[in-house]
Amino acid sequence: MLTFTIRRLLTAVPTLLFISLVIFLLLELAPGDPMAQVPLTVPPEVKQRMREALGLGEPVPVRFYKWLVQMFWIEPKVFIDWMTRDSWLLGWLPDTALYSGEQRVISWQTRSPVMDIIVQRLPQTLWVVGMAYVIGVLIALPIGIISAYRQYSVFDQVGTFVSMIGFSIPPFFSGVVVIVIFSVQLGWFPSIYDTTHRVVDWETFKVQISQMVMPVMVLALQTTAQISRFMRASMLDNLGQDYVRTARAKGMRERTVVLIHVLRNSMIPVVTVIALGVPSIFGGAIITEQIFKVNGIGQLFITALKANDLPMVLTVAFIFAFLIVLFNLIADVLYGVLDPRIRYD
Amino acid sequence: MADGAASRSDVILDVSGLKTVFRTRGGEVHAVNDVSFDLRPGELLGVVGESGSGKSVTMMSLLGLLPQPPAEIRAGTVMFGGQDLLKTPDRDLRHIRGARIGFVFQDPMTSLNPVFTVGYQLREPLRKHMGLRNKAAQDRACELLELVGIPDARRRLSDYPHQFSGGMRQRVMIAIALACDPQILIADEPTTALDVTIQAQILDLMAELRERLKMAVIWITHDLGVIAGIADRVLVMYGGQIVEQAPVHELFTEPKHPYTQALLTTIPHIRGARADKLTVIEGQPPILSAAPAACSFAARCPVAFARCQQENPPRFAVAPDHDAACFLLTEEPAHA
Repeated sequence: MLTFTIRRLLTAVPTLLFISLVIFLLLELAPGDPMAQVPLTVPPEVKQRMREALGLGEPVPVRFYKWLVQMFWIEPKVFIDWMTRDSWLLGWLPDTALYSGEQRVISWQTRSPVMDIIVQRLPQTLWVVGMAYVIGVLIALPIGIISAYRQYSVFDQVGTFVSMIGFSIPPFFSGVVVIVIFSVQLGWFPSIYDTTHRVVDWETFKVQISQMVMPVMVLALQTTAQISRFMRASMLDNLGQDYVRTARAKGMRERTVVLIHVLRNSMIPVVTVIALGVPSIFGGAIITEQIFKVNGIGQLFITALKANDLPMVLTVAFIFAFLIVLFNLIADVLYGVLDPRIRYD
Repeated sequence: MADGAASRSDVILDVSGLKTVFRTRGGEVHAVNDVSFDLRPGELLGVVGESGSGKSVTMMSLLGLLPQPPAEIRAGTVMFGGQDLLKTPDRDLRHIRGARIGFVFQDPMTSLNPVFTVGYQLREPLRKHMGLRNKAAQDRACELLELVGIPDARRRLSDYPHQFSGGMRQRVMIAIALACDPQILIADEPTTALDVTIQAQILDLMAELRERLKMAVIWITHDLGVIAGIADRVLVMYGGQIVEQAPVHELFTEPKHPYTQALLTTIPHIRGARADKLTVIEGQPPILSAAPAACSFAARCPVAFARCQQENPPRFAVAPDHDAACFLLTEEPAHA
């Protein structure tokens, strides 16, 4: 397993390099000018000098190489410095001070380092999207288990119906619907997520919860619909297996039979689906963040695209790609851990 | 003690009038129709019949192992240890299943849970029924694997089922069934999925274990050769009913029911002239959409007559422990 993981990590390096090259070249092909939003009163030759200052005069391979160096050499140094200086995890270590003022990946839009902006935006995304995913999965698993165990019962029928809704209604529609119902009509929750809100006491915590409810609900509905269907199908596959009859013949309690024997087998494919779904939820959040005005990673990505902020788009797209590769690896490793029949070595 | 039969001290399991029905979308299937038999301590009772004759369903009905619905047990009593198992709530049945009555199933490839170690699956009943923990459970599990002839037992406890061969897995299944010293072992075609040499090993093992552990065994099979080798008494099932019951020797020498006679002629012989074609019983087994009103074998029976189409024959006694459900034997019914 360890050998497998190391081998997969090593093969991930060329994969990610290739992905970043493809993204870079695609963005190269895209029309647009980072100076488009500069006022018309600025003379063309000044704009040209500004473009050159951003590095746009250099040939494509040179610019790609520079991005690679900044992304994989300089940014990690900044990150390690931050870890050993400010984070609670490794803050007790002496400050490594690796970074000594080299050029970092700079956003064309704001002129500040791309990674700094991403780090600022990340908590919002993790709070809303991550929480939605966790809640969605936690709701989906019991629903799937009960639906399968009581197949065709009223519970199963209702679960199937709600899943169908969750599957077929995209978040950009259900998001607007919940805003209309809960913000406009009932006035229960704010329709705009206030990122500057700080949780300091019980009252502010309640405000934070109330502004999270709607985006979390919309995203969790989708997650619940998908995962509960997978869980149900997987449970149904296993409930009819011979080993279930063996467990009953041994005199095991029904709870032991279902929640230990059947569940352990049913979780194998579901865990893979859950792991693979983590990066895609970041992608799915792009739309939801727009609707609820959560200024997380997704919203950052959209505004960067609109403003032709290529370094930002490249970096965020690369992070998405990185997450997909990473969670693929995690899914494979979990598969091997859960299923003793799978041996990678 | 509900009736006289159950209180007989030489009977440990007394089944009478068992009826099991499956409700399906296409209507009802009467899988088990008025089945009665008993089991004596230490004996090996063979149950033969073709696929769909209700052998397995009968045995699964006894211990509530059929999913209900679609299955439904309509009538009957199953007396075991002074209680009627059909009236026992599932909570109490669990203390009998796996503890006092062990089960071995047909396919050892799928009957063990693939994600738990053999040791874990073996310790489960020990923990539940005998209250054994940690070291004690581990020692007993190891002892059981040695009992069923698995070499290097202690190390193999931490192996997963896929690391065992088919025959070894069936040995593990037997070890699980024997874990709590059951009085009865029900083996549902335990050798069908195995190849012939492994089959012989398992049969030898069962014969030896039965001798050592002094338990009664119900052995379900469709292989008459297996039955001839190990059984004391045989039940022949057809269309969800017992059509003949006989001591094993008598069954092969003096079969009374036309179905049993037909079954015996289908066994190919090694010696003698080589037959051009294998003998078969013409026709199809009945589809049991209703409780049989006539003899269920009548349509395929070479000696059927008018009465066979009009009523379902009861079992007529022909000798001690030997009866058959056929109007050709017009003595008084054995199970009135």
